[in-house]
Amino acid sequence: MEAASVEQTRPAVKKRRKSAVGADPSTPWWMWFAVAAIVIFCLLPFYWLVNISLKTGPDLSSSDIFPPNPSLDNYTSIFENSAFTRALANSAIVSLVTTFLGIVVGAFAAYALARLKMNGKAILLGVVLSITTFPQIAIAAPLFRLWSDIGLYNTLIGLVIPYLTFALPLSIYILVSFFREIPRDLEEAALVDGATYFQAFRKVVVPLAAPGLATTAILTFIAAWNEFLLATTLTSSQAARTVPVAISQFTGSSQFEVPLGTQSAASVVISVPLILLVLLFQKRIVAGLTAGAVKG
Amino acid sequence: MVAPSMVLIAIVALWPIIYAIWLSMHEYSLRQAGLSRWASPAGFGNYQDALQSAEFWSATRVTFIFTIASVILETILGLAMAMAMHSAFKGQGLLRTVVLVPWAVLTVVTAIMWKTIFDPNLGFVNSLLGTSTVWLGQEPHALMVMIFADVWKTAPFMALLLLAGLQVIPGEIYEAAKVDGATAMQRFRKITLPLLMPALLVALIFRTLDALRAFDLPKVLTNGANDTTTLSLLAQRTFQENRLYGEGSALSILTFIIVMAVSFAYIRLVGGNIRGMTEE
Repeated sequence: MEAASVEQTRPAVKKRRKSAVGADPSTPWWMWFAVAAIVIFCLLPFYWLVNISLKTGPDLSSSDIFPPNPSLDNYTSIFENSAFTRALANSAIVSLVTTFLGIVVGAFAAYALARLKMNGKAILLGVVLSITTFPQIAIAAPLFRLWSDIGLYNTLIGLVIPYLTFALPLSIYILVSFFREIPRDLEEAALVDGATYFQAFRKVVVPLAAPGLATTAILTFIAAWNEFLLATTLTSSQAARTVPVAISQFTGSSQFEVPLGTQSAASVVISVPLILLVLLFQKRIVAGLTAGAVKG
Repeated sequence: MVAPSMVLIAIVALWPIIYAIWLSMHEYSLRQAGLSRWASPAGFGNYQDALQSAEFWSATRVTFIFTIASVILETILGLAMAMAMHSAFKGQGLLRTVVLVPWAVLTVVTAIMWKTIFDPNLGFVNSLLGTSTVWLGQEPHALMVMIFADVWKTAPFMALLLLAGLQVIPGEIYEAAKVDGATAMQRFRKITLPLLMPALLVALIFRTLDALRAFDLPKVLTNGANDTTTLSLLAQRTFQENRLYGEGSALSILTFIIVMAVSFAYIRLVGGNIRGMTEE
């Protein structure tokens, strides 16, 4: 009797939900307005950067919505500038090495934290997590002194080491949540079949956790590519300067030109790969960013 | 297996902080070499100097104004964006992608971008408002631009976190409330907000701690001119440009203490959540 009445009400609820959610024609006009506002808010500033980057000479003092004489001069000039190309290479090396080491070391640590029986695991994870809230400035001054003393100042390794400190807690935190979702039975089956812990990890867990590893890699890469405070504190020349530092120190392509033209061009160049990465891996990134937020 | 990463974290995160505390309690001399440069312990002298300097209090004020204003604006805007994205089923895929663009843009690039937008000649703000304001060249305006740039970059991040929170609220609750005659405002206040609280608090913690250590934006936008020097920027300038290692370290440690105090306050507020995040 009760079951029947539930059956009866269900279709009605479904129908109502559909209309409330706003299927095709019933989407209110203001919803489209809101969507348009969000798109403009997010993209217009970036468009302005592209717009400025295509302007040269006298156009660089006018606020036209479209560049009156679009030219790629700013782009050719930055690629002829060794300060920029060298910095691009430095950034790529530092970010890729940080990402690779962060993933490998982080995966082992996260696996241990997710699976093995250990005392004080929750405290350990809490401490690791709290590192991500440390202000970088707190380690900048001592690293600046120390790196100068032991010869790591103005080197790429000198940047990778502190980047790992901030990358590892993040990757451990994200990976622990991914590893936990992998059923333990799978590894136990492998162990029963005579696999070692390491084999079970490498052959069973890693392939299953691939989406989590990809998410972590992308977030780590973006964080390292973006880092500015330590990069500006721990480098002094082209030998180790990364792209954000190089761009912030740009001068005009000639002495009398506003550097905003070349700065904008360089900004577009270093943003495009990241934007593409984000568009391609949108779902993974959102999953990684929201990993902690929803669970609680 | 945990050991290598823990050792690395300990060496590069904890040890420098201990070293920074040591540096902050000593006077640095350029005349001697090596460790003997630190021959003169200064006790809490560097902290005394910092706490008595007008610069420190001005930087603290700027940092808190920046943090409070940008976090509040980001939360309101992020929540509005999240609710629009949640309701707009047709455009959701597009919006999710578009919203990630500001998040993916580097902070340094964000600063350059807003510099061009607010540039008196190059930017569209003056032509839109019909003014000729030199935005970054005067006092309250420069900080406003900085807040604006931060809101642009991080409101979308907030929106994504909150959208994830909205999506786990079962639709039936809204149906039941509607049947009982609750207005849209009532549904928002009595259902959406309380159920969104966990996601909202986590997003707030992330953003507050991030804003308190702001460095990139003020450095590139104004280099701290016109009342935009934040604590991180002041500390970095003191030890790197002025080579005052002792006082710079003291300022760094003070910044660290402020950030930690705020994060402990938050953790007390949402203690259950943090514990839930770290427990199995």
